[in-house]
Amino acid sequence: MRTWFPYPLLSLTLLVMWLLLNQSLAPGSILIGLVLGMVLGWVTLKLHPARSHLHRIGRAARFALEVIADIIRSNIAVASIILRADRVPAIAGFLTVDLDLEDENALALLACIMTATPGTAWLEYDRRRKTLLFHVLDLQNEEVWRATIKRYEAALKEIFHD
Amino acid sequence: MSHLTDLPTWAAFAVCGLLLFGAATTLIGSLGLLRLSNFYERLHAPTIATSGGTILICLASMLCFAVLQSRWIFHELLIVFFVTVTTPVTLALLGQAALYRDRFEEQNGVPRKHKPDSEKSTD
Amino acid sequence: MTELAITWSVLLSQVMLGLAMACALYRIARGPRAQERILALDTLYINAMLMLLSFGIRSANTIYFETALIIAVIGFVASIAFAKFLMRGEVIE
Repeated sequence: MRTWFPYPLLSLTLLVMWLLLNQSLAPGSILIGLVLGMVLGWVTLKLHPARSHLHRIGRAARFALEVIADIIRSNIAVASIILRADRVPAIAGFLTVDLDLEDENALALLACIMTATPGTAWLEYDRRRKTLLFHVLDLQNEEVWRATIKRYEAALKEIFHD
Repeated sequence: MSHLTDLPTWAAFAVCGLLLFGAATTLIGSLGLLRLSNFYERLHAPTIATSGGTILICLASMLCFAVLQSRWIFHELLIVFFVTVTTPVTLALLGQAALYRDRFEEQNGVPRKHKPDSEKSTD
Repeated sequence: MTELAITWSVLLSQVMLGLAMACALYRIARGPRAQERILALDTLYINAMLMLLSFGIRSANTIYFETALIIAVIGFVASIAFAKFLMRGEVIE
């Protein structure tokens, strides 16, 4: 199975995507989707991406819910900042935080989460010093933001540890 | 406007509510581009349009076509998935590019390399 | 009654999306720097895609969906290319 589908999750995603694009569940579509997943899986194998293993699916699901709740809250907060921007100028600023994540994929996921949250934007990660520079729109309380990043980091570490 | 009136009342109101709410969210996000004062602040605005607006309008579209054509294949999920996955990549890269350019031109208020400070940006 | 509410709310949301596109266009024209223009272009792509989706809802036609998806894909690739171009560093406007 591993020789045919080196990245089962990727192949499955591609199959689902193909079926959604075609809007059909005909055997032909499923066959082409499987072939597509297989071929692109081999291509990905040639690219040698950093491999990491997902542990604790339940913890990952809880983390996803947590992130969605944070994004909704942050959406509302940033919307109110924009609407009040002419009266109360936003107190924005740069922050740095030390990270302790080894896994490349975990770092990439953290970058996506932080940028997808409207209040925070990922700017630069220094690999040697292991510090992350990010920008915050509502800099009322620096410690709250640092604590949020630390919370994400702890969760990702738990999910991605080897 | 011919087909939308075939929707049952509850679905019509749900679709309209989601559509209005999503459009308003998108408008607020784009308004942020005008009202915030520098690039790093503006970087936060489009994420409202992408995360909030796209999801709400796609939900409206899903609901509309699911009830109208009674099909349960949600291809709008592809758009939601694609937009939520790709926008952070674009914005993070753009933020890095902006930081690089500002450092290169030695603008004020941009954090130096290897020097942790949390100065307010004032360009 | 319901018909009137639907007509007006779809129209109103399209007007709001149009205003959002106008905001992004203003930022593209105004600048002041290249990164702002690219950010606004990315927003414009997303707004155009949402506008197409709302046209799809209005006319109950799924053909708009493919266009919306293509705009999303092309917008992503274009913004990434522009951002990469800025990263090179030699290009100062």
